[in-house]
Amino acid sequence: MSILSEMSASLQKGKANDVKEMVQTALSDGLGAKEILEEGLLSGMGIVGAKFKNNEVFVPEVLIAARAMNAGMEILKPALASADLEPKGKAVVGTVKGDLHDIGKNLVIIMFEGKGIEVIDVGTDVSPEVFVETAIKEGANIIACSALLTTTMAAMKEVVSTVQEKGVADKITVMVGGAPVTQAFCDTIGADYYAADAATASEGALALSKS
Amino acid sequence: MSTIKQQYDARLKRVMDAAAVKEPDQVPIVPVFQAFPVNYGGGNIADAMKDFDHGAKAYDNFYKDFQPDLGWDPILMFPTSYLESSGITWFRWPGKHLEDHTQMYQFIEEEYMKEDEYPEAIKDFTKFMMNKWMPRSFANFQGLAKLDFRNNMWFGHMGSLAAYSDPEVIQTLEAMVETGKNLMDWFIKLGGYQAHMQNDLGIPLLYAGFAYAPFDMIGDSMRGTPSILMDMYDHEEELLQLIDLITEFAITDTIAGCSGKSTPFVWYWLHKGIDSFMSDEQFAKFYWPSLKKYIIAVADAGLTPVIYVEGAYNTRLEYLKEIPPGKAIFSFEYTDMAEAKKVLGGHSCIMGDVPAVMLTYGKPEEVVDYCKNLIDTCAPGGGFIMDSGTMIDDANPRNIEAMFETTLKYGKR
Repeated sequence: MSILSEMSASLQKGKANDVKEMVQTALSDGLGAKEILEEGLLSGMGIVGAKFKNNEVFVPEVLIAARAMNAGMEILKPALASADLEPKGKAVVGTVKGDLHDIGKNLVIIMFEGKGIEVIDVGTDVSPEVFVETAIKEGANIIACSALLTTTMAAMKEVVSTVQEKGVADKITVMVGGAPVTQAFCDTIGADYYAADAATASEGALALSKS
Repeated sequence: MSTIKQQYDARLKRVMDAAAVKEPDQVPIVPVFQAFPVNYGGGNIADAMKDFDHGAKAYDNFYKDFQPDLGWDPILMFPTSYLESSGITWFRWPGKHLEDHTQMYQFIEEEYMKEDEYPEAIKDFTKFMMNKWMPRSFANFQGLAKLDFRNNMWFGHMGSLAAYSDPEVIQTLEAMVETGKNLMDWFIKLGGYQAHMQNDLGIPLLYAGFAYAPFDMIGDSMRGTPSILMDMYDHEEELLQLIDLITEFAITDTIAGCSGKSTPFVWYWLHKGIDSFMSDEQFAKFYWPSLKKYIIAVADAGLTPVIYVEGAYNTRLEYLKEIPPGKAIFSFEYTDMAEAKKVLGGHSCIMGDVPAVMLTYGKPEEVVDYCKNLIDTCAPGGGFIMDSGTMIDDANPRNIEAMFETTLKYGKR
């Protein structure tokens, strides 16, 4: 087994220390940062994401895998910075105005990063202006907003209309999700993409970024 | 025309028949209302939290138009007086943190117990709660960190009693006294409203007490969701030990707290055992055994557990059959009701599940169809109560009317 497939396997088991050491070893062995990222870390997270979607693993396994990925990234970051790697996409992620529930949002961030998408986490209770202005400033191609409450999901509509008002609807895709949100609601408010779970959202985000 | 007492008795019997998996005279309706009664009845959540009478008036207006078979008093409108005097750190509420005054307060999870604190919590839970958890949970109770009862033996009490001269301890004790008074004022008003529900409205109270899965008690208010889910890997034995410890006193305290109440229902809020949050093995090991023990002990005490199952439990339904038949009611949010009926039919009463999104954004015709379908699927043979899926905050009143009317007309035996 090559060190990168071992790294991927350890990441899937959430073995943060092992992943950290393997990244260090891989770098010392002269492997490229991009290769380590894609074939070691992201490959492992990709498998975890697919298994999560298939109900083969659950949130705890995703969390420990993400922790292992972050541990590996800490070591890899300096090398990645000098490799001048372009992210596969860039997403502004947060919960909408009035909503402070962030567990789903944080899962989405884990899954996005696991697909190599750069995430700007704008946190909770985010106004439509902050979503859109951050996306414009950072050159993001995706705004992903989540809501857990029927009282706050209406705020997603304002994110959509703010994107339109600022004239960036052709550059920025608005993704929506959260327990009460449905495809029908997404269609009603004119959002671009709905996903029922974090893994599906990340696949959608990757597809949207490639196109 | 029946008397209020007869209406009250008929409603309670209707629900108890359903709980015993018998067919009542008609399908009972018990939607889980949260912000809706206040917003519908005239007012907003911020005002109802500031002033009990404001909320009570709104509830009265609500109950004039809608008579469920079990109802809430304004208990969910936590008084800001106590939130302020305690400096509770876990809530953000309208009128203080949230701009929208029609919105419910929201709960903020943090690590109020750190990862490395399992051993001390297990060794001396009361000391841990007093010295660490309480000061972290209540900004105005910082002085509790300085108090200790363990060293009182012989002349140790001189040292521990001297701590009461500390200005921070004094401030804390004053804040605790004020908080206690604020809560007692509220409890007295709640008691008054409960009597009003029974004597004037004829609606039985939906709860005698509240309960939580022991796993959630640690997850919600001590470790936070991501941390407790990872603790299943990182602190397996310690987590199981702490769950056991908490289960013991949760059972004792719940049964004691519900004695002498007018209704037998103990409302369990479930959070983290849902399908996607953990595997079947994890559920079987960490979540279910303590919850099952807690439900059965409460049922054995003559109470009726009502289990509010958040999220989807499609893969957990068989576990619920381990509760003795006819002893508990299961209220579902996103669980497939047809499947729930298939598995639990003839065994336990199920409640559900008109989606809150439909009640807010849908049309009355959709609600009528949904309710009819629910009655067709779940009512035959008994053991079904009409309910919303999620708690109702900002529903369209026409949709609530449609839900009540359909249940009354279509749910008659």
